[in-house]
Amino acid sequence: MNEVIIIYAVTLLLAWPLGKYIAGVFNGGKGTAGAVFLPVESGLYRLFGVDPSQPMSWQGYGKALLKLHLVLVLIIFGLLMAQGLLFLNPDGIGGMSWDLALHTAVSFLTNTNQQHYSGQAQLSYLAHTFGIVTLQVVTPAAGMAALVAIVRTLLGRSDKKSQPSSDGTVSVGNFYEDITRAVVRVMLPVAAVVALIIASQGVPNSYEGARTAIPLDQTAGMTEQNIPIGPVAPMVAIKQVGTNGGGWYGPNSSVPLENPTPVSNFVQTVSLVLIPAALVFALGFMTGRRRLAMVVMGVMVVMSVSLTSVAIWSENQPNAAFSGLAAEGPNLEGKEVRFGASATALWGSWTTQTSNGSVNGMHDSFNPIGGMIPMIDMFINVTFGGIGVGLIGFLLFLLLAAFLGSLMIGRAPEIAGKALETREMKLVCIALLIQPLLILGFSAITVAFPALTGNSNPGFHGISQVIYEYTSAFANNGSGFEGLGDDSVWWNVTCAVNLALGRFIPILAPLAVAASLAAKRSAPEGRGSLSIDTPTFGLMTLAVIVMFTLLSFMPVLILGPIAEALALMS
Amino acid sequence: MTESNSVAANRSASWLTAVRAAIVFVLLCGGLYPLLVTTAGKVMFPHQAFGSMIIVDDIAVGSELVGQPFTAPEYFHGRPSAANYDPFSVGGSNYAASNPDLRSRIAEDSDSIAQREGVAPDSIPVDLLAASGSGIDPHISPESAIVQAERVAKARDIPVSRVNELIARYTEGPTLGIFGQRRVNVLRINLALDGKESFD
Repeated sequence: MNEVIIIYAVTLLLAWPLGKYIAGVFNGGKGTAGAVFLPVESGLYRLFGVDPSQPMSWQGYGKALLKLHLVLVLIIFGLLMAQGLLFLNPDGIGGMSWDLALHTAVSFLTNTNQQHYSGQAQLSYLAHTFGIVTLQVVTPAAGMAALVAIVRTLLGRSDKKSQPSSDGTVSVGNFYEDITRAVVRVMLPVAAVVALIIASQGVPNSYEGARTAIPLDQTAGMTEQNIPIGPVAPMVAIKQVGTNGGGWYGPNSSVPLENPTPVSNFVQTVSLVLIPAALVFALGFMTGRRRLAMVVMGVMVVMSVSLTSVAIWSENQPNAAFSGLAAEGPNLEGKEVRFGASATALWGSWTTQTSNGSVNGMHDSFNPIGGMIPMIDMFINVTFGGIGVGLIGFLLFLLLAAFLGSLMIGRAPEIAGKALETREMKLVCIALLIQPLLILGFSAITVAFPALTGNSNPGFHGISQVIYEYTSAFANNGSGFEGLGDDSVWWNVTCAVNLALGRFIPILAPLAVAASLAAKRSAPEGRGSLSIDTPTFGLMTLAVIVMFTLLSFMPVLILGPIAEALALMS
Repeated sequence: MTESNSVAANRSASWLTAVRAAIVFVLLCGGLYPLLVTTAGKVMFPHQAFGSMIIVDDIAVGSELVGQPFTAPEYFHGRPSAANYDPFSVGGSNYAASNPDLRSRIAEDSDSIAQREGVAPDSIPVDLLAASGSGIDPHISPESAIVQAERVAKARDIPVSRVNELIARYTEGPTLGIFGQRRVNVLRINLALDGKESFD
């Protein structure tokens, strides 16, 4: 228990100064750090051929983001198909099928890292580093860039960047400047520090091929043990800090080579939430609205602690299948002895609150209620959330709460002095409602055709496996109930659709909303206007999030985990 | 998306820019970053960098971080593995608590462990019956080692007290008393039983 409390405290204490630093990076980016990084960045701009001082409209920003992503996905897709013919492949691994390569490329492009393959056996070092690690650095940076653009436009101090030009077009910033700063000043330095710490604990660091050992007990039927290694530490570090989640080894950070000790587990757990939480503080420092940042953080921490507590309680209960056949004890099926039930439940909850998706134990084998928490976390997906996109999603709920709150106190809906009208609310609703539509729609189709599901567990849990997979895809999470036989054309293609829509609509729609609001004439925030930086408004936002999630997903929770829990009790 | 947008900055968003930026990012993030970290890691932590291998008389007998299968009576046995301790096919059972196959696997294992160690089923520690997440968990709980002590001592014809002493010596506690669980590395304690690991 102390372990959990200390991890919460350390994470939030580190997130504060990091948030201040990140705000500095995007507010001018000068100072001591600027002296080091600005020359690197201007070198990169020259290589790209861009002028970072050139402002972009929201459409220009969105197009720049989409074009870069499209080029990246083509490069990575090709790399995955052709890896068998290329270099840096000491273990002689072959190329992927088209559908698996498509799913993998889109999955990493969308910061999801849902894996329908096992990395140690199905990816070469070339694909792992140049392909996967590239996207694990660039995609959280893209999320951060989009967040900064939206915050700057929606809530920013009135500077020249967010003023409408003469023809009414609003600049939201320069995409290449934002993403380059996020890569160079945030993602790479933080990842490098984490990589060296976990390397000290035993995570491999080598471009050489697998090691071979002669096992001690030759009567046990294993004459040789081949141990895959590789440049694992840099990947595992960026996987954790970048809300990515896709590990080197199939079972992710449950594997002792990927997460060797309780110390590496501590560092990797903190890394799950560190940058997403820092961005909330950064929001306060960037806009000068520190009270708003504290309200947002308050709501997130309340959601996080209450859901995580349930998961920890559940996993400390015995697994029903062990009853009478073993000593009393927590549920350890799918868990590692060095971590135990509580640290695994904490990770399971945090990894789904942050859209990370890495695991240090098997969620499929969690007790039914313990396995329900990650699903709820992903339905909400704004308890911290993925880097950038989590806070963007939270701002959508904030807009919805402001809309409803204004109506409740009998005023024309507004936020930060700007009127919320039909166009904005339509975009907010599209961004929010596409989630239940896609998850429930695809789940219904898949469950209706049992040949498609690839279930490994029978009954209610089989339904949970399907819902979990689509929820994870749309939430850009990437964890799974991994017993599911998900490397089929059906799963690969339908998940790829969910991945892409779940990434780009929740980025582009809010960008459009922010630009649309910024173009409006601003009414001064006075005594009569709705204050969004009070605990009352925080409670209102929390209520909106809870109601929205319950109304959308309560029925499937009853069909899946709740029915399974009740069946096991009887 | 009209061309007349004064700040649309179409030049910055050209396809050529996207291609150049993508290539530079691949080289920087996928090439330089892992190369620098891997090089630094290899220099600073050479033993860990190559898989924390244990070398006895010039032969790699395993990795500290990777469990091995044990069936002989003179060794401590590890946890059930859904991967048969093959690190290339790592994985958990992924059985749900409600899956009847899990129940029958545990019933079978519980029965054979109870017979082998001469204990009642309800005194077998959970971790000795539960498959790990990785399938190569190198550890068992100290309780799971103690359950096996008598059988190991008998097979080796040494006093149980000596085996229990070894268990106590090889039990690692939580780091700083806070992080992680008490545990015994199965390969290392078995190497110690064979006299292949020096005591410190």
